Amino acid sequence: MKKAAKQIIFYSALIGIWALIAKLHVWPPYLFPPPWGVAEALWAGFKDHSFWIGVVVTMKRMLVGYSLAVVLGMILGLGVASNKFLEETVGGLLVSLQSLPSICWIPLAVLWFGLTEKAILFVVLMGSLLSVTIAMEDGRKQMPKIYSMAGRNLGASGFRLFWSVLLPASLPFIVSGLKQGWAFGWRSLIQAEMIFLSLGLGQLLMMGRDLNDMNQVIAVMILIIILGFIIDGLVFRTMERKLQERWGLVPA
Amino acid sequence: MSTSPQNAYPSPVPAGHVGAVGRGSVLRGKPASSVTILPVRDVSIPKVSLEGISLSYRTTSKAQLVALDNISLQVRPGEFLCVVGPSGCGKSTLLHLIAGLYQQTAGQVFVDGKAVNGPGTDRILIFQELGLFPWLTVAQNVEFGMKMKNIPKAERKEKIQYYLRLVHLSKFRDSYTHQLSGGMRQRVALARALATEPDVLLMDEPFAALDAQTRDLLHDELERIWAETGRTIIFVTHNVREAVRLGDRVVLMTFRPGRVKQEFPISLPRPRHIEEVDVARTAKEILGCLREEINKSIEAEYADEKSR
Repeated sequence: MKKAAKQIIFYSALIGIWALIAKLHVWPPYLFPPPWGVAEALWAGFKDHSFWIGVVVTMKRMLVGYSLAVVLGMILGLGVASNKFLEETVGGLLVSLQSLPSICWIPLAVLWFGLTEKAILFVVLMGSLLSVTIAMEDGRKQMPKIYSMAGRNLGASGFRLFWSVLLPASLPFIVSGLKQGWAFGWRSLIQAEMIFLSLGLGQLLMMGRDLNDMNQVIAVMILIIILGFIIDGLVFRTMERKLQERWGLVPA
Repeated sequence: MSTSPQNAYPSPVPAGHVGAVGRGSVLRGKPASSVTILPVRDVSIPKVSLEGISLSYRTTSKAQLVALDNISLQVRPGEFLCVVGPSGCGKSTLLHLIAGLYQQTAGQVFVDGKAVNGPGTDRILIFQELGLFPWLTVAQNVEFGMKMKNIPKAERKEKIQYYLRLVHLSKFRDSYTHQLSGGMRQRVALARALATEPDVLLMDEPFAALDAQTRDLLHDELERIWAETGRTIIFVTHNVREAVRLGDRVVLMTFRPGRVKQEFPISLPRPRHIEEVDVARTAKEILGCLREEINKSIEAEYADEKSR
């Protein structure tokens, strides 16, 4: 509760300073909009459904692209972790590919798929995939060997060994990678949407720029931050905490 | 000893009859105490038979290390066999071989006359580190092996209850393993292994990390459970007294390469207690033979350090 109080005071102060600067008219309102202008833009955006559509379209792309990345990343990561040849070849390639910002895949995606949904999903996939793959590989390697031995000892093999032992045993080691994959994918998606102009939050942001509507620009930025916070801060952090409690890594 | 150790046991079992009771009929089984005659059982076929087992591997410094050298050993059905030896003699490796988790370089392991190729639920190993699954509750841990054996849910539920009661952990069925004490975790591992109803239970220094009191208690419980379930147990330890306390027979292994040095049949009446004079006397005798091997292992360690 104390933490919440601190946060409320902090954000109120932040908005207060913002309002004060806006009131002083240091910069013209079309460059530095007041908080009430942004609030109005948020209200209007949700009222005419354009923000709702943006949020739904963006989240849908994110979920589809990210799910693809998780499934592919797990297969790739496990393959690399369990095969010496793959580790020495594909493993090195993955690490070097990670240094490529995923926005760099956009030209390729556009040429391959055109200005379509597929191209956007491809960019999200490339944004998330490498993090998830590398996390899965690390997790599989860091996972104490005793669990897989105990599983085999108790009669597990093949897919059941993977599903009931290897996957849960490596979860604490891959959850941070899953989180990182989400964050990378999220950034890639917004970037792609800004270039693509195809609904979504990125497009709303660019539309604000095109119309010289600073209120909308800031409103969409806030929306992106809030969505990111909800997923990152709430969903993933809760998952991490639950895992740690179960494993006894932190007091429950 | 002022009190008789017999008093400590809930269901005293006549010596020599233990291990022959209720095999494979744990849930339906008669209470152990009702069996008074020696049941007929074909003891001519060994339960577990090791024939010329050798294992060698290359160390990081490319030297050939012989861990196990030509080990032959027969274990009778229902026997409680203890294996002792200095640390590094390969006794733990031997258990992994019988469990089918490692592969020997020569020789063959037979269970019921059939060659072992890989793991199987007829032989369950309780690891020194236990390897309980931290993402599962106590009950789910116990259930795991049965699930893998595709035992129907209703039966699994019944057996979870039975085995948790057997190890006195019914109250902790929904706890996670990190919430339990060392002795309790040990009992979860025991219940998890027993629940798959293996013919052979392989135990790798299971009580080494426990305090003396907990260990004594678990000795009693293990002896009782062994008597009630009639499993064949191969129990590895470096504690000679523990081996004499529990075993029908104690096998002494040599230090690197691991060989069978000597076998000691233990005919002391059960139930036994670790503080008994007879146990101590027998242990002392075996310890004399073990001392030589321990000295060898210490010398080898010094030599390793010098060469470094």
